[in-house]
Amino acid sequence: MPVSLLWAVDVYGRVYSLSTRGQQWEQCRDAVLEFKRVTAVQQCCWGIACDHHIYLNVHSSDVPIRYQEETFENQRWNPLDNFSDRLLPSDRWQWSNITGLEHQPLDSFFLPSSNWEWEGDWYIDENFGGEPTEKEGWTYAIDFPATYTKDKKWNSCVRRRRWIRYRRYKATDTWAKIPSEGHSGPLPDPFNDISCGGWEISEEPRGRLSLWAVSLQGKVWFREGIHHHSPEGDGWEEVSLPGEVVQISCGPGDLVWAVLWEGQLIVREGITRDCPRGSSWVVVDSPNPEAGAIHVAVGDNVVWAVTKDNKVWYRRGINSYNPRGSGWIGMIGEMVMINVGLNDQVWGISCEDRAVYFRQGVTSSELSGKAWKAVNVPRDGDIRSHSSASSSSLHSAGCFFSGEVRAQSVMSEDSDTKNGPQRAVLEVGACPSSPPPDPPPVDVPKPRIPKVTSDSFISEMLSDRKVKQEGATTAVTAGPSIPEEEASLREADAKSPPLALVLSPSLSGGPGDPQWSNVDLEETQTHLAVGPAGVRGDAADTCSLSSVATYTLCQEEPYGADEHPLWAWVSGGGCGVDCHSQLNWFNSATALSSSVQSMSLSISPAQTAAWRKQIFEQLSERSKREMDNFKHYEQAIEQSQSVWVKKGTMQWWRDWKPHKWVDVRFALEQFSGPEGNQDGILFLYYNFNEEKKYLHAFINEVTILVPVLNDSKHTFAIYTAERTKQRWPIRLAAATELEMHDWLALLSVSCCDSRGIQGPPSKQALWSVTCKGDVFVCEPSPSLETCPYPTPCDQMFWHQVGGHLRLVESNSLGVVWGVGYDHTVWVYTGGYGGGFLQGLARSTDNIYTQTDVKCVYIYENQRWNPVTGYTNRGLPTDRYMWSDATGLQECTKANTKPPSPHWTWVADWAIDYGISGGTDREGWQYAADFPTSYHGHKTLKDFVRRRRWARKCKLTTTGPWQEVPPIPLSDVTIIPCGAQSIVEPIPLWAISNKGDVLCRLGVTLLTPAGTSWLHVGTDQPFKSISIGGASQVWAIARDGSAFYRGSVTAQSPSGDCWYHIPSPVRQKLQQVSVGRTSVYTVDQHGNLWFRQGLTPSCPQGSSWEHISNNVRKVSVGPLDQVWIIADKVQGSHSLSCGTVCHRLGVQPMEPKGQSWDYGIGGGWDHITVRGNSFEAPRVRMPSLTPSLTASLTDPLRTHPPRRPLSFRNIEENGNAVRC
Amino acid sequence: MADDKDVLRDVWFGRIPTCFTLYQDEITEREAEPFYLLLPRMSYLTLVTDKVKKHFLKVMKAEDIEEMWFDFEGTSLKWHYPIGLLFDLHASNTALPWSITVHFKNFPERDLLHCPSNSVIEAHFMSSIKEADALKHKSQVINDMQKKDHKQLWMGLQNDKFDQFWAMNRKLMEYPTEEGGFRYIPFRIYLTMSDRPFIQKLFRPISPDGHTHTLGDLLKEVYPVAIPNDDESKRYQVVIHGIEPLLETPLQWLSEHLSHPDNFLHISVIPVPSD
Repeated sequence: MPVSLLWAVDVYGRVYSLSTRGQQWEQCRDAVLEFKRVTAVQQCCWGIACDHHIYLNVHSSDVPIRYQEETFENQRWNPLDNFSDRLLPSDRWQWSNITGLEHQPLDSFFLPSSNWEWEGDWYIDENFGGEPTEKEGWTYAIDFPATYTKDKKWNSCVRRRRWIRYRRYKATDTWAKIPSEGHSGPLPDPFNDISCGGWEISEEPRGRLSLWAVSLQGKVWFREGIHHHSPEGDGWEEVSLPGEVVQISCGPGDLVWAVLWEGQLIVREGITRDCPRGSSWVVVDSPNPEAGAIHVAVGDNVVWAVTKDNKVWYRRGINSYNPRGSGWIGMIGEMVMINVGLNDQVWGISCEDRAVYFRQGVTSSELSGKAWKAVNVPRDGDIRSHSSASSSSLHSAGCFFSGEVRAQSVMSEDSDTKNGPQRAVLEVGACPSSPPPDPPPVDVPKPRIPKVTSDSFISEMLSDRKVKQEGATTAVTAGPSIPEEEASLREADAKSPPLALVLSPSLSGGPGDPQWSNVDLEETQTHLAVGPAGVRGDAADTCSLSSVATYTLCQEEPYGADEHPLWAWVSGGGCGVDCHSQLNWFNSATALSSSVQSMSLSISPAQTAAWRKQIFEQLSERSKREMDNFKHYEQAIEQSQSVWVKKGTMQWWRDWKPHKWVDVRFALEQFSGPEGNQDGILFLYYNFNEEKKYLHAFINEVTILVPVLNDSKHTFAIYTAERTKQRWPIRLAAATELEMHDWLALLSVSCCDSRGIQGPPSKQALWSVTCKGDVFVCEPSPSLETCPYPTPCDQMFWHQVGGHLRLVESNSLGVVWGVGYDHTVWVYTGGYGGGFLQGLARSTDNIYTQTDVKCVYIYENQRWNPVTGYTNRGLPTDRYMWSDATGLQECTKANTKPPSPHWTWVADWAIDYGISGGTDREGWQYAADFPTSYHGHKTLKDFVRRRRWARKCKLTTTGPWQEVPPIPLSDVTIIPCGAQSIVEPIPLWAISNKGDVLCRLGVTLLTPAGTSWLHVGTDQPFKSISIGGASQVWAIARDGSAFYRGSVTAQSPSGDCWYHIPSPVRQKLQQVSVGRTSVYTVDQHGNLWFRQGLTPSCPQGSSWEHISNNVRKVSVGPLDQVWIIADKVQGSHSLSCGTVCHRLGVQPMEPKGQSWDYGIGGGWDHITVRGNSFEAPRVRMPSLTPSLTASLTDPLRTHPPRRPLSFRNIEENGNAVRC
Repeated sequence: MADDKDVLRDVWFGRIPTCFTLYQDEITEREAEPFYLLLPRMSYLTLVTDKVKKHFLKVMKAEDIEEMWFDFEGTSLKWHYPIGLLFDLHASNTALPWSITVHFKNFPERDLLHCPSNSVIEAHFMSSIKEADALKHKSQVINDMQKKDHKQLWMGLQNDKFDQFWAMNRKLMEYPTEEGGFRYIPFRIYLTMSDRPFIQKLFRPISPDGHTHTLGDLLKEVYPVAIPNDDESKRYQVVIHGIEPLLETPLQWLSEHLSHPDNFLHISVIPVPSD
């Protein structure tokens, strides 16, 4: 779980944030102003300050917000000046945009606001569609609107070049003021409420947000143009309304609700990708006809509301087709406000004690949750707060909280007794059901819970609204109430001369402006709550009176006399928690003070706890005491006997045709081998022609167990070397998933035991990932890279490690990083097991929850006919109207299931506009007929169209992986060898999922996750990167060109500049891998290329040499060994795609190798051999005398060696020495 | 030791060196040599003493033999308590090997249960497991198991097969993550000086306000005497498997790692030796 923040504002207007990893509210020190409200999303937080301006706080990120400005310089040739800026009158401007339609000289570019800065000066782009241009960057054409080439030809009459300059958003982690101007000048009145959301509506442009705001006069405004490259947005647009709005809430998707002054709610309809503002409002009645709604909060699929009587309501039946829902359900608890955060989690502020509450147990199946739980953590200022907070509260209250301070501290019982009954009248008027307040106890000092923030909604709701509403119904009660209150306050004020001076400014503002008066009329309720909160509040009061004395006391006992924080507003829109999150927010008071042990259980790594150490020590002491001297005693239970057999029934995918599932009996016989090692045999008993037969496999010959889960069968595949050659594993299906996992766990323990593999993978391990996201490791033997007779690929034993990844990268020091399908980054923790490997086959530490999200796609196909246009009635020969990508399989929205039972849907079907080829506004792609290429606009020749629907599904599993937040990646690479000491930094580079190149700082053996990213500027997005020996960094850009990074050293870990390397002719490169010296790339057509001519003086090499085709991915290791994932590998039984292959014959002088050796597959997606630095011994021992080596025999050699005899034998000898 | 899993192994492979001597009044044909054996702490006396019986039968007449039973310094040893518990409770501060006297006559009917065959032990063992699972999971896990799974647990214990036993037992140790532990912790607290055989109450691993309960919390609730006050010296040892875990050890962890095969956490509270 990445760290994210819960934001809140206390009644004094101070902004706090609470980190999901943290245990205290951190005050936002930067907020010099008091804030009324905040609304947070993951990347930023918006707020309304007391000056009624809107402020934006963009969280800083290792990847800066940069925007590329570009302009084109145009020139025409004439015989006099050659190429010059003298253009024809009909030509475009000398400086223009790419189309030539807009005049864009360099000095016409300005920073959008003072929150931006230029990164550097203008410079010329010398990359033209992946090809490097000449030095000046010119591209040539015959005439202006034409095709440009990078070469000057005889008929090149015009030329142009591209200038680029970056600007960077600099106002991160600080509150930047947003000018409150609409498209037609300043807005008429200040803002009162704000809500941010809508990021799920569209991913175009990236980071798009909807920001809704309500002005004091009840108008609603929508902020245009907020997205990643424009965090501030463009301007405000007014949204017409059926009434006056007091509060608005916007969910992550298309849900927007608002509350009207009259207490009804309105729902925005027609919010779509093309129209994020929506089109119309629909009115929904308040849950309680007698008490109108005062507050609403919406999420993805939920709506919560609070009515005037502080009751909480949940709206039933909300979904994307029905944003209005169907009915209200009353919930337990009384809240003053509610906020719905990420994952539809609910936050509230209780009206009783003003604490922030979290709704427990909110899951996608039970969106209403189970119970409220108070967030109980101290604030960072609490230690000082008794002195400073009270003084500051006086101060700030002086500015904002007129009613409060007067009632506070010195003030007499007068005001209370006066205010008491009068408030009671109001209460009764407002909500007849509520009981009359108790008379204020005289002896107990009153809890002074300041119920007022500047313009807090309570004052609006309870003072103003009452005026309004009651003015409409019973003008008599409401009429006098306000003047009376004002009078009493003024009176009270008069009675407290010492404070009068401080208070006067706001007081003068107060009565003059009753519309947003600061008076809290609701204080009655606090009289009822003379609970612990009251006592504490009182303690705070006394503190404020005698601050010096209590200051020292508080220092000594920081948590003893806690001033109860009083919250006014909370926003969970950026807080990524769900009901499974482990939060340390709910019992901190005791946790911090007394139970240190239980804390260490939940926060620090559990194994460091003292109690655990004690148990470990005592157990080993006990063994020593009770057993060491008595080893000669006889054992009570003899161990020698017993073969342990486990039997079961399964289905087997028959080896012969017709292939089908047949019932078989399955047994695993385990026994102890002669040296005590476990061994076993698998038996599979089947009937063939009424005859009983069986198939068997020795456990120590099994090379891999692969779970193959799909929605109909729980199957797994067992490979041996022979079966790998055949490309035909033993496929078995268990009756239930549980049974399958039991068998898999047992078999994998058994296989690992028989091969003596225990515990976590070694640093040298090879890692691979299947197309299902399963992660496998292989322990390389020292002979894996020997030459010419390495361990055959198909004999390598792979075993599974828990977790779900799309790619994994390692190095020989044991640093392993992985990237999930949702681009989340994971670092290997050193544990093993997880996933199905329960209990004994896993380590208990270092296993964490891991989630992954991917999309399932289906296609909606339509055919055009002259009468009705496009319809879902195809020709009889057509594909299914709802199908998979190939059209061969019918896939409807209803019958399409998640990829396996481990995946659950997390969203509904949505049109995917991001498909290659482009789409029209409704997501359609057009083509002449079905199996052809599609384009995004309709032409006359197009008779069919299709669109892609995507649905997100999520997997939750466990594995030895910990998340490295917050930047999602698409590729990562670690230097394959290098640092020897544990503190030496290990170079690690990555590509973010947006194509930014990043260099990780602080990666060492002790801190494999590193500390932060360093952004490395590029002129275009990148897609693949690799760092090899001597810190050579190679990368592939999105346009398919290769780049070499110059001058990367330990001192300058990010290097200095990019050198553009031309790609192989007419090929767009896809992936790169750099070993010790070798550089290999794969292009988009599956060709593998080797970079020729690399020397220390010319690290960029000279040309590409073609090595092989049908290659999907390449991994070059620290020994320059080359491994690939290959497609179309022919086995004796079947063909496989996604096969692990090893390049044979790679030697220092022959880095290209000779041929491929085929290993495990198909279905493999990724391999990394960058951990395997088991050097082939030949390199190390050239000095052995031939006489010695010649005397050694080589049992493996069956044919004459192609290399000198001595070499081969040295290897053998070397291995022997090594073992 | 880096991993909690190793605790399970250490606990499972705990052995007590024992010296069995024949009771002096038993009639023998020739002098009976003492018999030395490593007893598994997790097992039951009558389950692992076939060799002892065979050894002494060699020197005795068949007609002098009734049901075998054991005592330690005059205390009859209950076979239905795990061996480790018997040792911790009665002999933890005595010299090793543990000296047990073997009887073939005068079965103490008042103190001991008869144990005519291993099936009685099995029945006792399975009923303990079932009781424990009733506390932990409302019996859901044990009831979901098949007969052969039950058998696997028993055979694992009987044949001292750690993997066989734990392959099944791990299911009994699982719990929903969101609940943070079992429903109740199956435990029994044994006191040497009490008439009650043991104390057993309902006790949850997590307090209502979400705190992790510790061994200390349990004792405070169930047997506060065992916890030393601040000012006085320690009067009692709280022993599980021959070790004294710290009082702040989380109870859930103890239950998962230091329970006996019968899934109960057997805790001995014994007076601190006076010397």
